[in-house]
Amino acid sequence: MRRSLILDTSIRLVYHPVLVLSLYLLFAGHNQPGGGFVGGLVAGIAIALRFIAGGIDEVRAALPPQPWSLLGLGLLIASVTAVVPLAFGGALLESGKVQWDAPIIGTIKTTSALPFDVGVYLVVVGLVLMMFEAFGEPAAHAALLEDGEGS
Amino acid sequence: MIAIVVAHLMFGVAAVIAGRRLGHRVFLLAAVAPLLSVVWAATKVGEIRGGGTVRETIRWVPELGITVDLRLDGFALLMLALVSGVGLLVFVYAYRYFDHGVESPGKLAGTLVVFSGAMLGLVLADNLLWLYVCWELTSVTSYLLIGHADREPKARAAALQALLITGMGGLAMLGGFVLLGVSQGTFRISELVANPASGGLVTAAAVLVLLGAFTKSAQVPFHSWLPGAMVASTPISAYLHSAAMVKAGIFLVLRLGPAFAETATWRTVAVGFGLATMLLGGLRALRQHDLKLLLAFGTVSQLGLLMALAGLGHPDAVIAACALLIAHATFKAALFMVVGIIDHHTHTRDLRELGGFGPGWRPTIVVATISAASMAGVAPFAGFISKEAALEAVIHGDALTKVALVGIVLGSILTVSYSIRFVWGAFVAKPSSALPGNAAATAAAPSLSFLAPSAFLAAITVLFGVWAGVYSEFVRVAARAIDSTAKAKLSLWHGLNLPLVLSLTALALGAVVFAARGAIDPLQQRLRSRWTASGGFDASVRGLLSTADRVTGIAQPGSLPIYAGIILLTAVTVPGVALIVLGVWPGWPQWLSTTAHLPVAAMLLVGALGAAVATRRFTAALFLGLVGYGMTLLFVVQGAPDLALTQFAIETLTVVLFLLVLRFLPDRFEHRASGLNRTFRVAVSAAVGAFMFAVIVIASAARTAPPASEAMVEQSLTKAGGRNVVNVILVDFRGYDTLGEITVLLVAAIGAVALARVGRKRTTEPLTAVPEEVPA
Repeated sequence: MRRSLILDTSIRLVYHPVLVLSLYLLFAGHNQPGGGFVGGLVAGIAIALRFIAGGIDEVRAALPPQPWSLLGLGLLIASVTAVVPLAFGGALLESGKVQWDAPIIGTIKTTSALPFDVGVYLVVVGLVLMMFEAFGEPAAHAALLEDGEGS
Repeated sequence: MIAIVVAHLMFGVAAVIAGRRLGHRVFLLAAVAPLLSVVWAATKVGEIRGGGTVRETIRWVPELGITVDLRLDGFALLMLALVSGVGLLVFVYAYRYFDHGVESPGKLAGTLVVFSGAMLGLVLADNLLWLYVCWELTSVTSYLLIGHADREPKARAAALQALLITGMGGLAMLGGFVLLGVSQGTFRISELVANPASGGLVTAAAVLVLLGAFTKSAQVPFHSWLPGAMVASTPISAYLHSAAMVKAGIFLVLRLGPAFAETATWRTVAVGFGLATMLLGGLRALRQHDLKLLLAFGTVSQLGLLMALAGLGHPDAVIAACALLIAHATFKAALFMVVGIIDHHTHTRDLRELGGFGPGWRPTIVVATISAASMAGVAPFAGFISKEAALEAVIHGDALTKVALVGIVLGSILTVSYSIRFVWGAFVAKPSSALPGNAAATAAAPSLSFLAPSAFLAAITVLFGVWAGVYSEFVRVAARAIDSTAKAKLSLWHGLNLPLVLSLTALALGAVVFAARGAIDPLQQRLRSRWTASGGFDASVRGLLSTADRVTGIAQPGSLPIYAGIILLTAVTVPGVALIVLGVWPGWPQWLSTTAHLPVAAMLLVGALGAAVATRRFTAALFLGLVGYGMTLLFVVQGAPDLALTQFAIETLTVVLFLLVLRFLPDRFEHRASGLNRTFRVAVSAAVGAFMFAVIVIASAARTAPPASEAMVEQSLTKAGGRNVVNVILVDFRGYDTLGEITVLLVAAIGAVALARVGRKRTTEPLTAVPEEVPA
């Protein structure tokens, strides 16, 4: 198995910007194109890039948390967000707004949909990671590179 | 009232927690719950004797109008005495019975208390739905109790049989309850009873409710689970399978009887099955060598008698049923406890090995003999009075009553006979029991504290017989709650009348049947039919499983082309026919709205055709990706950035994952379909394509109402505080869906990992070998 220096380097260069982009999509989602689902998928693409560069070991090194922990945490956050309004006499999944005048950066407005979206984001990232855990053993990575060069 | 029921549940949890530390003493902790129940009921006795009723209503599911209605009237008081009174004694008894230790006593005691609470909720119920909930809870706890020794296959099988039979009956009963409740407009038992109805629906409800009662109260042909349940430890049997749970069916028939007063089927079916059960149970009891099984079949027999009396439903029969409920619970629970004592000390229950006990056993023998005599209907015990009442109730009446009279007399003869068999079997020395090393002769005498609960019950048997006034008052209050015209006057001496003569005849003939056992036993063995109820149960379970096997084999052949073909063909034909019949063709759509569509369409077509004709799987996956990116472009052109973004990300990930999985499959499509098969596949694909095109054209023109999305667009910023409608729909308007979807994602992830692991285990070797062979 051969690693391509150019591929490696360019993936290292774009990996973090793509992750930042995914977070941007997550937080911007309520008012502009984006959202937890898309954000999670974009983060998944970043993970896929890492996988192409260095296989499952590199993915594990880049994202130490266990995929099932991310999945579980995501579902937990989403479910708690959904249930919390009940405690305040609201309906399930009712959304509330929060406004906070932060120094320097200005006014931050958000809704309770954000934590729900964070949950969705984590579930999607966890799912992608889990797929690579499941099918991405070293042999799979080698086969991927062979195939890519062969065609 | 509900507080008492809830207290049972709390004591159940406490017992489970404290079980490890307390050991068998946990049963004393658990006994507090039924004690509370008895004490509480004792404070209400005065009010209920005066004709009062204690009621309580809790709004349970107000949106559906479902309430929990509880009432304590005379009949509920009687049942409470059985459930909590006998329950209390059983807990005290279990404390001594399990002193050699038992596996997880906390779980056993806890389940037993929860059962007790469920049973209490059941007898206090004045609402069919609440009754059903308690009913099923007793089935489930009974399952856990029978199968407590869960390492023994026999216990598990018996528990499952009990659960399947009573569970099936319970479901039928629920159907009956719903029919009755909906057709009468109320689920309150007291209202249903006050206005008896008739008609087809009510008859159907009657049959279904009886099915539930029959399964629970072990009536023929559903009785097989009760003898099977004898694998449970004796305190469990004494409680569930003599005093409490099996009486639930009788309770139900007595309670609901007046509601079905106009339905002839109710009466005929209940009496018919009851009598058959009484006779069959009696015959089977005469065949048993295991004392506990003898009692179990005796219980089946007595339940049959109770069912027949409850089914008859006229005031005298109600009185007899109430009297027998009390008498049976006292003598049968005491007899079970005595069997438990014998088993505990001699480690056998086989009547061929027992007999010839030492002098220390005399009190036990007295208790057992009194109880067995009461079972046989010997004066001056409670059983005699209740049997007199039963005969009295069936002497005058229509043809059905006459049949019942014959059945009850025959059944009584058998009862006398197996009662004698019990006492003889347990205590009379037999030739084999004189052998040295006989378990009974050398067994240490039981302590008085072990005997105390059964002695207490035997004392009640005597007291109710001698002071019939107390007994009569108890029964009067209970029977009046079911039928206000019932006037109970029980007494030991009614004068020389027909019931007394019949009673004496039964005693004499029963003794004859027992004396002739040498001649009857071989006959019984020969009559032993191959068609037993438990055999029937096994056969029906096996039949169900093999049918399920066959259906699964047909429905799931395991071939992907067949699955896909069936799904696609169904999709085309079923809605396709509807489309042709109902659809209105709005005319051809506008083919091209902007030139930007041209490259998109070209991309989609190339991708789709390429995927269809590619010979390598890898190439086909890339072409599919091309179709996906084409869709992305289309979304961009149409001004849906969110969809475009999502589609783009999904396509990218899908292609990568495709490549990971594809290596498990051969590189090329090797088994290409040929000839007719290929033509068929092409035809199906073309049909699906044409169908989808038609659906989209027709559906988009068929809108008559304003789209739901308009309201969402309007409310997105004002209600949900977001400008991106797509995202607001996902996390707010359709938040439920999203929550469900991410749960599905999680489950799918787990499934995929499991699938991958299974595949890997089987194909580890070739997988690691393949890449090394191929030159880079």
